[in-house]
Order: sequence, then C-alpha cells, then structure tokens
Amino acid sequence: MSLHPVPSAKDRVAREDLLLFVNACFACTGQREFYGDGHGQSISLDFLHRYVVANYRDLYAEVLALGVNHANQAMIVRNLLATGRDVRAESRARENALVTRALHTLPTHRAMHLLEDLAKRGVNNRRTRALTKAYLERPETRDFLAVKYRRSFRRAAVHAHVPFAGELKPFLLRGWKERRFTTPLFETYRQAHYADAALYGLPYTVAEGLAQKRGVRRDVFLARIAPMLTAHERMRLAETREAAGLEADVDWSRQPLVRIASYLLSLSPVERAAREAEMSRAFALSAARAARRTAASYGRVVAVLDRSFSSSGSREKRNRPLAAALGVSRFLRATSREYTALWTSAPLRGLSADEELHLAPRGTTDLTTPILAALRLRPDMLVVVSDGYDNDPQGLAGQVAEAGARLLPECFVLHLNPVYDSETYAPKVLSKALPTLGLRDAEDVPTLVALGRFAAVGGSFVALEHELDLRVNVFLGGSI
Amino acid sequence: MSSMVHSDPASLRGLRLGAPQTMGAFRLVPVLRDSAPGDLRIAKTTYDAYGAVRLEGTPGSSGLHYMSYIPHGLVVSHTEDGTQASFGTSLGQTKPRSVMLHHRMVKGLEPGEGGEKRFRMLPLHLAMEGFLALHFRGPEILWKEYSDEAVRRGLDPRIERSTRGAWISGLEEALRIFEIHEQQVGVLVFVADTLATVFVVSHPDDYRALHLSLLEDFFGDLVATYALLYPEALSLEGGIDPGSITDLDHLAREVDRVRAELVSTTELLADGLFSRAVREERVRDAGRFELRRFYPDFDPNEECHIGERILRDDGTVEYMKTFRLSGAQVRRAYLLSKLADAEWNLDRAAASLGTTKVELAKRLSNAGFGYLVKPHVLRGA
Repeated sequence: MSLHPVPSAKDRVAREDLLLFVNACFACTGQREFYGDGHGQSISLDFLHRYVVANYRDLYAEVLALGVNHANQAMIVRNLLATGRDVRAESRARENALVTRALHTLPTHRAMHLLEDLAKRGVNNRRTRALTKAYLERPETRDFLAVKYRRSFRRAAVHAHVPFAGELKPFLLRGWKERRFTTPLFETYRQAHYADAALYGLPYTVAEGLAQKRGVRRDVFLARIAPMLTAHERMRLAETREAAGLEADVDWSRQPLVRIASYLLSLSPVERAAREAEMSRAFALSAARAARRTAASYGRVVAVLDRSFSSSGSREKRNRPLAAALGVSRFLRATSREYTALWTSAPLRGLSADEELHLAPRGTTDLTTPILAALRLRPDMLVVVSDGYDNDPQGLAGQVAEAGARLLPECFVLHLNPVYDSETYAPKVLSKALPTLGLRDAEDVPTLVALGRFAAVGGSFVALEHELDLRVNVFLGGSI
Repeated sequence: MSSMVHSDPASLRGLRLGAPQTMGAFRLVPVLRDSAPGDLRIAKTTYDAYGAVRLEGTPGSSGLHYMSYIPHGLVVSHTEDGTQASFGTSLGQTKPRSVMLHHRMVKGLEPGEGGEKRFRMLPLHLAMEGFLALHFRGPEILWKEYSDEAVRRGLDPRIERSTRGAWISGLEEALRIFEIHEQQVGVLVFVADTLATVFVVSHPDDYRALHLSLLEDFFGDLVATYALLYPEALSLEGGIDPGSITDLDHLAREVDRVRAELVSTTELLADGLFSRAVREERVRDAGRFELRRFYPDFDPNEECHIGERILRDDGTVEYMKTFRLSGAQVRRAYLLSKLADAEWNLDRAAASLGTTKVELAKRLSNAGFGYLVKPHVLRGA
C-alpha cells in the first residue's frame, strides 16, 4: 500500500473513522439488542459501510483480515464487488485476493447467501462472475453445494453465467424427476424421493424436509442421519436429540469459548449443576487451545464483568452479552499470570472458574463498585466487559475508570463491548478517555488489546497500517 | 371498623432508595429493603375485565357500586407469628367474562394452605374509591340553592378519568429495560421529574413478579401528558472530576458522595408526597398489619397523591401504592371540601374562598358540579 504523509487532522479523522468501523464490525450484526431495535441497527450499519467503502476503500478491504464477524465480512465483500469500478488500479490485485480469501473462509451458508444476495441486487460484473464461478465450480464441493443449496446455487449460477456442466443441467432443471444420475449425490437425492434408505446419504437440511414428506418418524430419522450432521448441526440439534432419547454427541471442548458459554446459559440451573464437570472441562480445553493459538500472555489482570439484566440481550441474541463476558473471562483466566473476575451483583473477592458456570443475567449494572475494588488490586490490565449502560448510579463507572487510569498509569484500562449502539455508530463508551472496542469472540481479545493500546496512546496512522498489513499477510497466507 | 385519623406524612420507613434509572421521560428509582421477613406476601390475581364492586348492602341487593376496568387484584397472605407466608397461592381460575362482580374493595379469603390469613384487595381502586366517596352524599342541610338532583342523589354518579399504564407513551419500554435490584421491593416512578406513583410490596420476589403489573395500573391525566410532552428526563448526575482525584480512598469517598447526592435529590423530587400530612382511614386490621388508605389536604397549589398502604405494627411499610391527582381533580376535591367545611352553605363557602356566591357557583360548574346548584344561581339571579 502506498503511503503519503498527510496532515495530522486528516490522519486523526481517518484513524477514528476506521476504529469506529472496526468496532461496529466486531459487535453489530443488524439484529435486535437489549436497548436498540434491529431495524435501527441495520440502517446504522449499512450507512457506516457505505461511508467507509467510499472514503477508505483500501482499509475497508483490509478489515476482512481482522476477524470481524461473518455478517460484516459478507457485507464488505458484497459492497466491494458492487462498487468494483472505484478500485484503484494498483490496489486491485490485493483487493481481489482479500475478497476471494474472505469468500472461501466464510461458512458455506453465509457464502451461498452472499452469492444469492449479489444476484438479487443485480451486482453483475466480470469480477463477481469470476468469483462466483470459481466458488461454485470447485470440484470437491460442487455436488454438495448443488444439493444442499439447490435454489441459491441455481440463482447464483444463472446470474453469473456459470455453465451447467455435466449433470448439473438435468439436476438443476429437472431435479428428482430425471430418470437416473451417475453423480452419486445427485442419484441419492433422486432416490430419496422414493426410498427412505436413501435419505440418510443426504445433507441433513435436505433430508429433513424429505423425511417429513415421507412421514419418517422423527426419532428414527434423527438417529440414522447422525453421521451426516455437520459440527454446527450437531450442536444445534443437541436438545432435539436429547428430547428424542438420543445422545447429544457434541464435543463442546472443540467449540470456541463464547459458543460454549451461549450453550451453557441456555441450560436450566438444574441441568447446569448436573453437567458442571463436562462444561468446566470444555471451557478449560477450549481456553487452553485459544491461549496456545494466540500466544497471548498477560500479567496481573482484573476483569470487571457485567451480568446485569441487560446482558440477557434480545430475543435474537439471547444472552449474547453475558456469553461474551463469560468467554472473555475464561480466555483471560487461561492467559494471565494472576486473574481476578469481578462480576456485578457478586462478591467482591472475585468468582472462581466453577462459580462462573452458574451465573444468570440478573440485577442492576453497578460497575462502579467492582471497578473500585479492581483498582485496589493494582493490576497491569483492567478489562471491563459491559454494554456501556451503567445505571447504579448512571454514568459513574466511566468517570471512576478514567480516574483509575490516571491514578495508576501503569495499568492499561480497556472497555470491551459486545453490543452495538445504532445511535452513535459504535459500541457505547463508558468514558471518552478510555478505549472502547467491539467484542465478538473471546479469542479476539489479543487483537482488541493491541487495537486498544493503539487507540489509547493515539498511535499514528502509519503504525495502524503496518499492523493491518501484518494481519492481511497472515490472512492471505493461508491456503484457499 | 374504618375510622379517620390525621397522620404524619406517608413515609418509606424501613426502606431505602437506590440509584435512579432513566429512560426517556421516565426516571425509575428502586426502593430497597435490606431484609424481608417473609411473613407477608403479595401476589396478583388476574381479572382483565370490567369490574363492579359492591360497596354496601349484601350480595344480590342493589346498592352503591364502584365501576371500573379492573385488570387484577392483589392477594395478601400473612401470618401472625412471623413465620413464612406461602407465595403464589392462586384463587382458582376465574372464567373470562365481560363484567366481574366483586364484593367489597377488600375481602377476606379462606386461609391459605400453610394456615396463613389471606385477603384480596383491588389495588389503587381502594384509594380511588375513597377519593370518589368524599362528600359523596351531597349537602347535609337543604339550602335553597341546591337542585333537587343534588338533594336526592348527592354526587351520584361521581366519575374520574385515568389512563392505563400500557397507554402511557414510553412506560412499557422504560419498565422493560429497567434492571431490578436484588433487594428491590418497590419503585418510585417519575415522569418528567414529577412523581407519578409509588409502588412498594413486602418481598423482593413479589416485586419481581409484579414489576410489569404497573402497566395495568392506572395513572392520572397529568402523567400521561407529561410522558408525551417531555422526551428526556434531565440527568441528575453531578459526577466526579476524574482529573482532581488524588488517590483511591479519595475516589471511594467521591463515589459515596455521588450516591448520597442522588438519594437526596430523589427525596427532594418526591417531597410532594412524603412531606405533607395526610388523612388516613383504617380499612382492614390484619393482626400485626394494618391496611390504610390516605389522602392529603386538597390544596390546588400543591402536589396531591392519594394512596393506600399496609403498615407493620412497628411502622415499616409493607405495601404502598399511590396515584397522582391531576390539577382538575384536586380542584374538584378542594371545592367539595370547602363546601363541606362550610356545612354546604354557599355564602359561607364563598367567603372562606374570598369570592362571591355567583363566582363559586361558576367554579362549581366549571369543575363539573353544575348539576348541584339550581340554574338561577348559576345565572347570578
């Protein structure tokens, strides 16, 4: 990327814009939050995307490498493809690489919906067509995609002029009415319309509809389809399977921390008590893996974590803020030399790892008291995880944290916020003097700490671009 | 059983205030109780129907009735010896119907499973009925200015309007996002920094269950108007200056100061209810507890709240609910009380108000009591 010395005011504006945007990309998915409705969120986010793609196109593309959430990655790819003519000639190659890499690393359903969305919006240019073609025609996934996402596949393929090679044509045009396929998966799909046995060779989502149509009993179906389930489907179906008398069969220790936390919070207190050992082990293994992978290591860390009623999130993001806080707590516990978790409405001695398993979103947001207690421990780093609405008393926590940061200059104070505030285009801050960053996964904490230090000390634009460059190289370095 | 007493201002003895939470025009202040003995529990029983409450006479006979939309009643269970009262005992499923007939505002019920005593009350309607029944019989002496109507029927029918909580703009959202404190047993609801209602129960679990019942309660015109007119309640936070803090102990002291200031500001805002002497009527004796309803002197220049409360024998507030009267309501009550003080003699009443008989008649008419006096008095003849 070419860099020219620019006036510092412009520099600062650019840096703030970018931090604002990255923050939004970590926290916002356009869904309803506890304090804000979904419509406002998506309008706000959409505006922010348009603004950034128009003004900082190169940086906009590089955000793909930062590990922002999938909803935002898909939006970035879509916006870049839709405004392809604005790309500077010298940035084209890098942008192409980023977009391609992002599309291929997105979860399959996200990628397919993205391609369908491009068709719906009439985004049709050479680059979009080439990208779609490459994605759909990968030989190792082509048949699977065609069966599992038949409608999206056809729409995207037609839109991008992808030829219906081989048996794709009869499959997409005649479907199960074709007499016979030689492609195994297509043939299984056809047979499943006539024979129960063939159902169990299909992807779960396709088989489910057909099983319903054929009147297969739910428990029989769930038992026999088990080998075809993806990891996500296995997780989603855990409760359904248990209700049908089958083993849930999910290895929670292989999941990221926040997802384990979300699952834990969905359990009743009785179930939580019964499965304490299993969940505790899952957390420990997952946290250890994350610590290894990120190579993060901190000294004395105190976290002030919000478990107030508002951390119950919304109907669309049930318990999400609390799950994020729990995930962060687990991550910091695994990566710090000395760790204390101070939750709101909880004893000020700090909760142990096992006590954390029984938290529920309850009570007011009194961040002031735990922050004061945290400062007395004189940590190297104080991490506050909260939606930014403190109300016991209102607005005091930010001032206390700011005063703390002044009194203990060696202590780095960081506010992580899992909730996007559509009014201010950013996660709500506790205090303007402290860095506030959007939070998605607990495993992002090292990135956020780095970004936060950068935002706090007012690092230069060059430094930020350097940091971004490094991450982009790592992102692109992986095999597609 | 009922008797009228003058009493000190309604207070929140045994309770303390938490930090206010603001949402739009609403400021909700939690009322906290450090330890709830649990010998008095309050639960809701749902009617969701128009209600006719027989105030006098026996079931089946005609007589004075109170008619209103009555969405729910409260069931109060209490024990005599301080043991735990059971919670959530239901009254059985009532059939949905368009009009529920209730017998009395407060009615004893069969003892609960644990042997505790129970009674059912219609919250706020109890206070409102007391307000409507003031001087309800009309003139006691047949002064010649009063119409035949007034002489025969008194103020019957006496009507006041109110607004359901769910229809007050922003209240639902404010209650939804309000975060309930662990020890919370009540709430002070301010709209545009005016006290709208106080709601206190005896046990935190009961409050948690009844929090949203505020939406079904009724509020005065004033509250509904203020909720529409004022988009934001002002911020009360004085806060601290992070730059001037010298050490952590200083910081802790400053935090304590801010908390104390918030409580005193809230108390100041709620002064209209808690600083004025009230007249109280004992409605029910329940062992160590006493259910009373109260109203202040009706002074058009002051805030007027009517309400009801249950007090323990040591004066601790176990239940309280208030209703903020609008200006017009206060004026009506004021005029009636002045008339009653003057033994319904218009001349004397006019003199006590510093006005003339014709003016007084006009004021009565403007307040909606024109039907009390003969037409020629109104015309000034």
